[in-house]
Amino acid sequence: MKPNYLSAGEILKNKHNLLLSDVTKSCIERIDSVDKDIKAFVRVNRDCLKQVGSTDSKGGILSGIPVSIKDNICVKDELTTCGSKILEGFKSPYDATVIEKLKGAGAVLLGKTNMDEFAFGSSCETSYYGPTYNPWDTSRIPGGSSGGSAASVAADETIMALGSDTGGSIRQPASLCGVVGLKPTYGRVSRYGLIAFASSLDQIGPITKSVEDAAILLNVIAGYDERDSTSVNMEVPDYTKSLAKDVKGLKIGIPKEYFVEGLDSEVKKAVVDALGILKDMGADTIEISLAHTEYALSVYYILAPAEASSNLARFDGVQYGFRVKDPENLIELYKKTRSMGFGREAKRRIILGTYSLSSGYYDAYYLKALKVRTLIKKDFDEAFKICDCVITPTSPTCAFKLGEKLNNPLDMYLSDIFTIPANLAGLPALSVPCGFNREGLPIGLQIIGKPFNEELLFRVAYTFEQSTEFHKKKPNL
Amino acid sequence: MELETVIGLEVHLQLSTETKAFCSCSTEFGAPANTHTCPVCLGLPGSLPVLNKRVFEYAIRAAISVNCLISKVVKFDRKNYFYPDLPKNYQISQFDMPLAAKGYLEILDERKKINIRRIHLEEDAGKLMHDEKKGISLVDFNRSGIPLLEIVSEPDINSPQEAYEYLTALKSLLQYLEISNCNMEEGSLRCDANVSVRVPGDALGSKVELKNMNSFKALKEALQFEATRQNRLFNNNEKILQETRLWDEDSKNTVLMRTKEEAQDYRYFPEPDLVPFVIDEALIERIRADLPELPGEKKERFIKEYNLPSYDASVLTKDKAVSLFFEECCKLYENPKTISNWIMSELLMHLNEQGITISGMKLKAKSLIELFKLIDSNIISGKIAKEVFHEMVITNKEPIEIVNSKGLRQIVDEDSIKDVIKKVLKENPNVVADYANGKKNSFIYLVGQVMKETKGKANPQKTNELLNGELERFLTPHP
Repeated sequence: MKPNYLSAGEILKNKHNLLLSDVTKSCIERIDSVDKDIKAFVRVNRDCLKQVGSTDSKGGILSGIPVSIKDNICVKDELTTCGSKILEGFKSPYDATVIEKLKGAGAVLLGKTNMDEFAFGSSCETSYYGPTYNPWDTSRIPGGSSGGSAASVAADETIMALGSDTGGSIRQPASLCGVVGLKPTYGRVSRYGLIAFASSLDQIGPITKSVEDAAILLNVIAGYDERDSTSVNMEVPDYTKSLAKDVKGLKIGIPKEYFVEGLDSEVKKAVVDALGILKDMGADTIEISLAHTEYALSVYYILAPAEASSNLARFDGVQYGFRVKDPENLIELYKKTRSMGFGREAKRRIILGTYSLSSGYYDAYYLKALKVRTLIKKDFDEAFKICDCVITPTSPTCAFKLGEKLNNPLDMYLSDIFTIPANLAGLPALSVPCGFNREGLPIGLQIIGKPFNEELLFRVAYTFEQSTEFHKKKPNL
Repeated sequence: MELETVIGLEVHLQLSTETKAFCSCSTEFGAPANTHTCPVCLGLPGSLPVLNKRVFEYAIRAAISVNCLISKVVKFDRKNYFYPDLPKNYQISQFDMPLAAKGYLEILDERKKINIRRIHLEEDAGKLMHDEKKGISLVDFNRSGIPLLEIVSEPDINSPQEAYEYLTALKSLLQYLEISNCNMEEGSLRCDANVSVRVPGDALGSKVELKNMNSFKALKEALQFEATRQNRLFNNNEKILQETRLWDEDSKNTVLMRTKEEAQDYRYFPEPDLVPFVIDEALIERIRADLPELPGEKKERFIKEYNLPSYDASVLTKDKAVSLFFEECCKLYENPKTISNWIMSELLMHLNEQGITISGMKLKAKSLIELFKLIDSNIISGKIAKEVFHEMVITNKEPIEIVNSKGLRQIVDEDSIKDVIKKVLKENPNVVADYANGKKNSFIYLVGQVMKETKGKANPQKTNELLNGELERFLTPHP
C-alpha cells in the first residue's frame, strides 16, 4: 500500500519501514491523479518535497507528515484567500500560531484546501474557486465549510488536515466524508492567524483518518497563546494517552430533541446501532433534555453573521486583496470592491449581521440571542451533571447532491442543526464514522463533552472506532 | 433675551505608554510612516488584539484622580464604521460599560464643580495624508492602535472661559499623573464640544457638536462663535438644529459637517476577541497609593510649607514642571516669596514670550539663586537683576559673568554718586525749582535722571539718601 493511504499514527510507528519523503511524494502523486475530480486543494505546495529532507533530521513529532491547511489559516508569505475573490493576491506576512506549531513539529505543509467563502456554508459550494466534490460520490458535496480539508483526507491526498469550526465546519464535512473531525473546546487552540468568521465561535481543529491522529494533531496545536486573549491558560495533556478501549460505566446522554423529524432514517439507525455497540462495551445511555435546542439555529444565525459583518468590514480594498480599478471616490471604492469581491452568501450574511446589530434592532435580536445562548449553555451544564458525554448524529443527512440546497439557504442552514449547539456552548465535539447508508455514503456520530475534556471524547471515539470497521473503508477513486 | 450657554466637553487623550493598546508596537511620535506597525495594528486578517495592561493602569490612575467610580468589569466593544484610516473598519472602544463614571473636577479655585460623566478606553486611528497634486491619499498607521482615553464631562460648563479653565485644569492634572503628553498641537490631547443654549431653567436645547479645535485658543474662539450663532438663531426665532459642525481656523467660524439624519449607526457590540475581566480591587488600591501628589494637594502644601499666598501657590502648581523648579530653588535659597515673585513674573513671562515650556528652558535653579545673592549682597540692584536675567535665559551664562562683562556692578561709592547728582541738579534747574515749590514728583524724576546717567547702576537706597542731602544743600543759600 502506498504511504499516502496510511494514518499518521501508522507512519509514526513506522511499521511499514518507509522513507518519510515517500509519504509526501505519494501524497503529491495522489493529488496529481485524483484532485482534478475532487478539487480539495486551491493551492498545492509542490516545493514541500524539498522541505521533507530537512525536517527528517529535526525529529519533531510530525516530522515529514503532510498536513493540508484550510485556506483561512495564515501561512507566512503564502496566499491565504478564504475561498474569496476579495482576498485575491493576499499573502500573509506572518504565520498563524497553529502553523508555527506545525512547522516546529516538522510537519509538511502540503497545500491550502478549498472552503466555503469565509467559511459561510455547509457544502463547499460557495468558494470563489468553485466547488469541492465528495470522494465517495463526486456528484455530491463534501460538506462544509472545511470541505476541502475533509475531502483531502478522505481521498488520501494527505495524511491529516486542519479545519476550522464555527457551527460545524469541521464535524459536518468529516461526517459526510467518512473521516474523524474534532472541534476543540473554545479557547483550547489559538485563533491567532485564523481569519475570523465569528470570533466567539471559531475554533481550529484536526480532520484525520483516525481518532489517534486527531489526538496526535491536537497535541501539537493545542495550548495557551499570549497573542489570543480568548485562549485559555491550562495545561495540555498528552491526548494520545487517552486512547484506551474502555467505556465501562460511561454515562452517555441522548438528547431527545435531536431525534426528531428531519433526521434521515438511515442516519438515525446508524446512530442507534452505534449506541448499541457502546452499550455492549459497558456504557450506559440515559435520555436527557437540551430544552433550548430548537432555538440554537436562530441564535447562531443572529450571532455569527453579526460578528462576521464586523470581522469582514476590513476587506475594503484599501490595504490588501482585491480592489476595484479606478474608483471615482472613496464610497465607490468601498461599494464596488465589496460588491465584486464578495460572493452571494457572504453578502447575505454581512447584510443579515449588519441588520441585527443596527440601532433599534440590537436588543430584539443580538441581545436576545446572547441571552438564549446562555440558556443553551446552561442546558449542557445541567446535562453534564447526570452524564459524561452527549451523543448525537453529526448531520441529519448524508452528503447531498451539488446544487441541491444552494438556492435554499434555510435548508442549507439546517444541515448544521446538530453541530451548532456545541459552538454556542463552547464545548468540544468530535465526529467519528459510524456507518454508511444504502448508497454507500458515510454517516458520522457526534460526541460532545465537557469543557476541556477532549480526553474523554478521544476515549469514547477510540473505543467505538476500534470496535468497528467503518474507518477502514476507502472511497473508490 | 439673556440665554444660558450649556457646554459639555469630550476630551481624547493619547496615553503615553511605550507600546500601543493592543500590540507591542512603539507609540513614538514622528517616526517615518508605517514603521511602527504589525499585523495587529494594521488590522491584518487573522490578527488579534491583546490588552496592554499598562494602558489599563494609566486609565485607572486618571479615573481615580477625577474622583470617578471604577467599573467592576473591564469590557470592550466594537464601534463599526468605514474609514480608510481605520484598518479593521471598526474601532475597539467601550460602550455600555465604561471603565469609570460619575467623577468631577473642580475649577476656578474650587468655586465650580464640573461633573464627569464617563471615562473610557479606545484605540486611535491611523493618519490620512492627501496629495492634491497627484490626486492620491496615503495612510500612515503609526498612530493606529495608540491608546486613547476619552473623558466626557456633563453639560456643566456655562461659558467658553469655563471650558478653557476646565481643559487647563484637566491638562494640568493629567500631566501630574504622567500618563499623557497632553500636547494639542501634536494631537495627544484633542477636544470636541457639545454646545447648546437655553432660557435659564428650561430643558436643554438642541446640541451642536463642535469638532476640529486644535488649540486651547481655538476651543475658546469656537465656543464663543457657536454660542453667539445660537443666540442669534434663538432670538430670531429660528430653529437650532442638532448637528455636527467643524471649526474653521482660517475664517474663524463653524461650518456644517453633518446633520442628525446623517448621523452614523455605529452598531456597537461586545468585542469578542477580548475577554471581559474583573478588576482586582487590590490593584486599584495599589494604583491609588502610588499616585503622585496632585495639583490641589501640592497647592495646599505650598501655602503651608512655604508660607505663600493662595494665588502664588495656584500659579506655581498649575504646571508640574514649574512647581518642581520652584521647589528646587527653595532648597538653595531661604526666601520662598522672592522665588515665587521671580517665577511668576520674569520667568513665566519669558516662557510665554518664547512660547516654550519650562523643560525647554536653559535656566538652572542654581543660577537663578546666584542672581538673588548678587542682589542681596548689593552687587547689583533688583532692576539690573532683571536685565541680567534676560541675558541669562538667552545666553545660559552665569549671572556674575554677565555682571562683570557688562560692567553692571552697582555703584556704592558715595562720592561717585554725589558727582552724578551734582551734575543732574545743575542740568535740571527747572525741576529743582519745582521741587523747591513743593512738587514732590520732581524728586522721583531726579532719581530717574541719576539712574539714567549711571545706566541704572547707582545703588537706589544710597541715591535717595544722597539726593535728599544734596537737594537740601543746593536749596539752602550759601553762607
